[in-house]
Amino acid sequence: MEIWQIVGVALLVTIIAVVLRKIQPEIAVQLSILAGIAIFLLVLGKIKVIVDLLQNLADQANISSYYLIIVLKIVGISYLAEFGAQICRDAGEGALALKVELAAKIGVLILAIPIIVAILESLVRLLP
Amino acid sequence: MDLNMIFRIAGIGIFVGFLVTLLNEAGKKEIAQFVTVAGIILVLFSILQAMSQLFALVKSVFQLY
Repeated sequence: MEIWQIVGVALLVTIIAVVLRKIQPEIAVQLSILAGIAIFLLVLGKIKVIVDLLQNLADQANISSYYLIIVLKIVGISYLAEFGAQICRDAGEGALALKVELAAKIGVLILAIPIIVAILESLVRLLP
Repeated sequence: MDLNMIFRIAGIGIFVGFLVTLLNEAGKKEIAQFVTVAGIILVLFSILQAMSQLFALVKSVFQLY
């Protein structure tokens, strides 16, 4: 899907949502959720290409795919959390958005523990 | 799940808003509120399907299990 098509869809949905927000604010929020999902589905094919490229590069550089999968998981968690938090904030629930972000940060931290441990271990090995 | 769905939801929203305004003008406030809730639930069904699709896709692309 090309960029001008995505921009066109986004502008069209924005205009409809501005009209809807005056007469039916609840359905306007649902419309923006649906538009976000549709745009993500449109760019999904390109994300797959990038992920495949990363995997190829990691194989060539002899990096363990274990670490690459951790990085991918972190990107997925932060994307999903950002998606949810932005929609909460759009609907006026800033507090709920902050909690979603906190949960995502904790999830990312837990996923990053193996990498932190590996770095610390190599540091300890380097130090006399 | 494609772009048609977005415009269908927008149509439902505008129609429900129109209906609620009409009912409010006619002095039937309870029925107007009921129509609002019914519209939200109707849209929620398609939203839920799309969201489960999105989560499954994100899980498979970013290998989140």
